[in-house]
Amino acid sequence: MAQLQVRPLAEENFPEKTGGNWKKYFTFNTDHKVIGIQYLVTSFIFFLIGGALATGVRIELATPDVDFVSRELYNQLFTIHATVMIFLWIVPAGTGAFGNYLLPLLLGCNDMAFPRLNAIAFWMIPPGGLLLMGSFFINEGAAASGWTSYPPLSLVNGKSGEFIWILSILVLGTSSILGAINFLTTIIKMRTPGMKFNNMPLFCWAMFAASILILVSTPVLAGALILLSFDLLAGTSFFNPSGGGDPVVYQHMFWFYSHPAVYIMILPVFGTISEILPVHARKPIFGYLAIAYSSLAISFLGLIVWAHHMFTSGTPAWLRMFFMIATMVIAVPTGIKVFSWLATLWGGKLRLNSAMLFAMGFISMFVIGGLSGVMVASVPFDIHVHDTYFVVAHLHYVLFGGSVFGLYASIYHWFPKMTGRMINETWGRIHFVLTLVGFNLCFLPMHYLGLMGMPRRVAEYDPQFATINTICSIGSYILAVSTIPFVINAVVCWRSGEKAPANPWNGLTLEWTLSSPPPEHNFPTPPVLKTGPYDYGTLDKRGSKKRPISQLRASDILSN
Amino acid sequence: MLGGIALTLFCLWFSQNNHLLPVPASANAGAIDSLFNAMLTIALGLFVLVQGVLIYAGIRFRKRPGDETDGPPIRGNIPLEILWTSIPAVLVLGIALYSFEIYSEMGGLDPMASGGTMVAHNHGSHGGMAIAATMGEDSAADALMDLDSKGKALAYGVGAGRDEAASADLDVDVMGLQYAWIFTYPDTGIVSGELHVPVDKAVQLNIKAQDVLHAFWIPQFRLKQDAIPGQQTSLRFKPTVTGRYPIVCAELCGAYHGAMRAEVVVDSPEDYDTWQASMVAAVDPANKVTLAAATEDFQALNPKTMSDRDFLEPYGSEMGVTSQSFQGLPHHHLH
Repeated sequence: MAQLQVRPLAEENFPEKTGGNWKKYFTFNTDHKVIGIQYLVTSFIFFLIGGALATGVRIELATPDVDFVSRELYNQLFTIHATVMIFLWIVPAGTGAFGNYLLPLLLGCNDMAFPRLNAIAFWMIPPGGLLLMGSFFINEGAAASGWTSYPPLSLVNGKSGEFIWILSILVLGTSSILGAINFLTTIIKMRTPGMKFNNMPLFCWAMFAASILILVSTPVLAGALILLSFDLLAGTSFFNPSGGGDPVVYQHMFWFYSHPAVYIMILPVFGTISEILPVHARKPIFGYLAIAYSSLAISFLGLIVWAHHMFTSGTPAWLRMFFMIATMVIAVPTGIKVFSWLATLWGGKLRLNSAMLFAMGFISMFVIGGLSGVMVASVPFDIHVHDTYFVVAHLHYVLFGGSVFGLYASIYHWFPKMTGRMINETWGRIHFVLTLVGFNLCFLPMHYLGLMGMPRRVAEYDPQFATINTICSIGSYILAVSTIPFVINAVVCWRSGEKAPANPWNGLTLEWTLSSPPPEHNFPTPPVLKTGPYDYGTLDKRGSKKRPISQLRASDILSN
Repeated sequence: MLGGIALTLFCLWFSQNNHLLPVPASANAGAIDSLFNAMLTIALGLFVLVQGVLIYAGIRFRKRPGDETDGPPIRGNIPLEILWTSIPAVLVLGIALYSFEIYSEMGGLDPMASGGTMVAHNHGSHGGMAIAATMGEDSAADALMDLDSKGKALAYGVGAGRDEAASADLDVDVMGLQYAWIFTYPDTGIVSGELHVPVDKAVQLNIKAQDVLHAFWIPQFRLKQDAIPGQQTSLRFKPTVTGRYPIVCAELCGAYHGAMRAEVVVDSPEDYDTWQASMVAAVDPANKVTLAAATEDFQALNPKTMSDRDFLEPYGSEMGVTSQSFQGLPHHHLH
């Protein structure tokens, strides 16, 4: 690929600098690409920590008796596992890492709208995370009332651990809000001339929808947690029934954020999947507008379904019915996306590399979570399976099979752009197979456990469930091992992998017109578009040779 | 076409013959199982469709070596998109209506109808609420009384089914506390750690919590309802198969949450009468066990420092439960 024409500056800057430039990742840097990588590496480290906690949970559950950790520590393990995975891995990796790294590149601008705010938002993550981890080492131990932290239990467990948990979520939530302001402003104001909403890449639509959700719902969680901390420390009774408070109000406020949070975690990944599939299928995305607007529909509907987490709680019957129907309707825009992705693959020329395998694995696993999601939305059925392992299976198919598979696909896809090096494909495929096998072995049998009567969040259980739990634990060990080839592969290739060209995948979105990695301020002048982001397979009518547009040089895509 | 028919038949066959749920032991369990089977049929069909397309595409459309060309520039197909928007819409609408119908049938739509009258009934005849009143300082109970006296009987849960009488054949007050369930029979004054119900009779549970949230779940009845401090919830069911079934706490309630289990015993009418007679005989009128006393005794014991036997025995004899009653309990609980 001879694409030097648009990027002479970058090519000469890059090779010398990578060696000595690692220090910038530990500074208050305002370059969105540095911040994106800071988010990605930090959140991935927390992913490993959260995974270690989960492995602790599964070792305990390998047998019916309490024999690995104490009951108190067990409750801390699953509480912090969930908190880390949500607030320190999927949210910061999906929105923080890929949102920051990709948005300015895809939109054709030089940086985010508020670069310093962006750096502040990132630098709230490490203290928030360290605070949470540190709570394991105080006397009473970490928070142990589940990541939902329902009162009155959260008010009677260890106060210090609970308060640190609240503080940590407030810090991480604030970071998330700052990020969302930045994403929205950047998408609305900073698109390169000629890029309309209706021809910007679909990841931008997804981030637009996710950012709205963050802005609308996160402050409600912050409010709930501040009131909870008053109940905890000052003896007020907002949620404390012994003083006349109502614990169900907390559940409403909590889920008003925490259900949209699921979409905050999945929408950015929907976005990256819509970018990855066309590139490796060599076809335009199927149904651009349907995918774009279905993100908005999911965003809106996501705000009015929260009480489906409370069907067995203090929820009146008519509310149960309303939230059941609203929840089921979400299956429609989600279905549109899934079918559009399948149609994008159909008839293409699929490059089955690691990014594509994880993207297809994402569709496959996410669909299982989506189907069980419609089931648990049904009130009569949910009354049976609520708070059981059926729900544990469902949520992991959505958040691991969905979000994490999607994040892996995104890492493999943009690794060359981010690091300037190619990642080893063989080890990528091994990583994919291990992850797929371990994941399904761990979580598929949990559906059955829940249906048969095993509740969630227990350290001990009926011995009739022992065999299946052992299988789940073996799956979780495979899943833990699966990260090893990935980490080694990523580190080795980042240091000494084959040099990546500017456009290793023949992609048509703007980031591929820049060198790998892109220069500090991205585009020397605002790029002017000659093609849409998904014009694969269309012929260039201008040239004499009529080549597919994707095989043109960067200078053909950009007209400056 | 043929494949579609085969797929439909397979999904139907699998869903109707799955053994994924425990034995249905209440009148409404069958309806919920039918709903599950219907949803499973649809889910399985869509699952096979999506996985089939993925695998077929992965094999049939994979890039051949040396082929650097692009695929066809197909950007959409409006009729197809309308089709795959409307089919899921119709499917979820159908599932929603079906769920609504079953929920209404099982009495979920109007739990207040039965819950409300039962609270009043307890007040009037047997002083069931007097037990709550003996809890004295417990403001949770006071709050509950307030709600009742204002006539706002806020009973959440599942009430009388569409074709059932508003008042049940048997009322039981259920109190959840860390880490046990205590069952009080307002009509007879029986206080027990084990729920006995007669087969084929409508049973109404009025559920409260002493300290934190709990959830009362009997998997074989497909019924679950949170026990909420300061609020009353209710469950209504008609057991249809005699036997012993687990009562599971499904809402995280502390370190021993996994050990918070009890049993429901669905008795034949004769067995139930025998049990009731033995329990009534064991109650000494001079030293009548109240819920408050049982709760206090329970809380005086610290389960963490006691063996199963030490922990359960005094508690059991207080209520007239003999050691035989505990033999059926699984042994790994409450270590």
